Amino acid sequence: MNRLFVMASTALLAFLLMSQTQKPAAKGGALAASIARGKVVYESTCQPCHMADGGGAPNMNPPLSRTKWVLGDKVKLAQIVLKGLPGGQIEIDGDTFHNPMPAQESVLSDQQIADVLTFVRNNFGNKASAVTVAEVKASRGRMK
Amino acid sequence: MKQPTKKSPTSERTNRGSRTSFPHKTLHLAMGLCMMGLFACAGNSDKAPAPAAGSTPAAGAEIPKDTSIKLPSGFSASIVAEGLGKARHIVIAPNGVVFVKLERLKDGKGIYRLQDTNGDGKPDQVTGFGKFGGTGIAIKKGYLYASSNEDVYRFKLDDNFNVTNPDNPEKIVTGLIDRHQHESKSIALDNDGNLYVNIGAYSNSCQLQDRTKGSPGRQPCPILDSAGGIWQFKADQPGQTYGTGVRYATGLRNVVGLDWNTATNTLFVMQHGRDQLHDLFPDLYDTKQSAELPAECMYELHKGSNCGWPYIYYDEFQHKKILAPEYGGDSKKTGAEDAQDPVVAFPGHLAPNGLLFYTGNQFPEKYKNGAFVAFHGSWNRAPEPQKGYFVAFVPFSNGKPSGEWEVFADNFSGGPDKTASGRATYRPCGLAQGPDGSIYVTDDSKGNVWKISYKK
Ligand code: HEC
Repeated sequence: MNRLFVMASTALLAFLLMSQTQKPAAKGGALAASIARGKVVYESTCQPCHMADGGGAPNMNPPLSRTKWVLGDKVKLAQIVLKGLPGGQIEIDGDTFHNPMPAQESVLSDQQIADVLTFVRNNFGNKASAVTVAEVKASRGRMK
Repeated sequence: MKQPTKKSPTSERTNRGSRTSFPHKTLHLAMGLCMMGLFACAGNSDKAPAPAAGSTPAAGAEIPKDTSIKLPSGFSASIVAEGLGKARHIVIAPNGVVFVKLERLKDGKGIYRLQDTNGDGKPDQVTGFGKFGGTGIAIKKGYLYASSNEDVYRFKLDDNFNVTNPDNPEKIVTGLIDRHQHESKSIALDNDGNLYVNIGAYSNSCQLQDRTKGSPGRQPCPILDSAGGIWQFKADQPGQTYGTGVRYATGLRNVVGLDWNTATNTLFVMQHGRDQLHDLFPDLYDTKQSAELPAECMYELHKGSNCGWPYIYYDEFQHKKILAPEYGGDSKKTGAEDAQDPVVAFPGHLAPNGLLFYTGNQFPEKYKNGAFVAFHGSWNRAPEPQKGYFVAFVPFSNGKPSGEWEVFADNFSGGPDKTASGRATYRPCGLAQGPDGSIYVTDDSKGNVWKISYKK
């Protein structure tokens, strides 16, 4: 009985959430798949620094929850991941972070970067549109 | 989960500046109420509203105990200051005045002087000065030394340990490298007029591209020319920099905790070991090995010491100096045979930020000349649980460790879950000994200062 209730309310919640995001249902599947692939990339490549909860590490690595970089311009966001940062560039509430962010341009594929950023933008309290391979490609193009 | 908002006497006093008589009264009033059990004790944080059994303070003589900090029997902790923000290292003058160095300015000030003028154990005079953030602080021969992430300054102290030139300190050392990573310039002084400064390596393992998978180690590592070691300067000569200093010890990735051991007359340091063995070399290290390795090492330094970074790291399970994988290592091959062995090896990534050799008489005999180490706690153990957020103790006799290290003060994190997730409430950073033989611990998360004392 309990389980039925949970299932029913989960379904209702899912329905409500889906009807709020104005995306066609077909896209939901692609989004979910990208998020799932992105999770794997996150765990192997980003989690060591940004931590499992996306909260970062005080003074060392910034959090990824609702920051203006994560939620902002996607081409610029992809650039952070492609090119990395030297440390001390990001400031959140007056705090800066001492580690460098390693460049991923020769480590991750465009698809992996799109997936991991889509995962990040839909986790840790974030809710934002997917990052596409085309956007990552555009970001690479802009760097030349 | 939500912390009750409370005014800390520290910040209150700071804001009120020179008004002293009224705050005294409020403090006594608050103390009285607190002892009567009517209110949660101000300064006792949010965890222990009820006085702990057996620790009822004598009227007006003691401040409330912070029973959330776990200590060996006979020891107790109390919070003497809070809300200082990123409180890094700390030093106590012979008259009990406390100086705390902040990493981030609070109300425009980077150093806070705390004095308890009415003898109730809680500082009632709080003054800030020094317009630079940083970590290092020390007192020597009438001067207060303090560091930013590039320079070392000194202030003149009068007989009551007031700073006489708060706005224009002498700049003793200047222009040291600060490239964000491992930027703390921790300091220590010996009794022969020398100042020792950590210059951390701005790198994890001296790869061509730092922390980037597949990037090789640079051979030789050029960082070691200007960082990755301890530099020695004259304590009383303004305007020194690389050219005038001596590279006293090299091959140290980053040292935050260091102390001059007066029993051996040598400098002891705690190195932060390298990160990310698994992330960078998943074929050689699994996540568990990566969480445990390498050891956080204590070294005893002499002029010319080489501790091996970046070419090797210390593996406390194999008891060997292992060749770093960036330099051709395979997790078993040894390397840099000429590099020094550690004096003590602690578990990986615990981040030792404070070191103190105990010379007081208050604690039981076993603590005499032993080392306290403040572990800031890990971030680089994921997906394994994080670890640390405690103060450890290592007994010493005849200048060498005489037993296993043990956890001395624990639970700064606020519980096992917070330790495991790395979302610790408090993070131990600095250590100092007071004139009465108590020790002090700072926290650079919220800015608490604890005093730990012993009573039979
Ligand atoms: C070696 C540690 C490390 C790794 C691995 C790492 N980052 Fe970062 N990241 C950082 C640091 C440090 C900064 C801030 C650098 C600065 O301020 O210059 C940062 C900044 C960021 C930012 C912008 C600031 C913010 O908080 O929104 C984003 C987005 C980001 N990282 C995402 C990622 C993603 C996605 C990955 C995995 C592909 C990743 N990072 C891997 C350390 C790391």
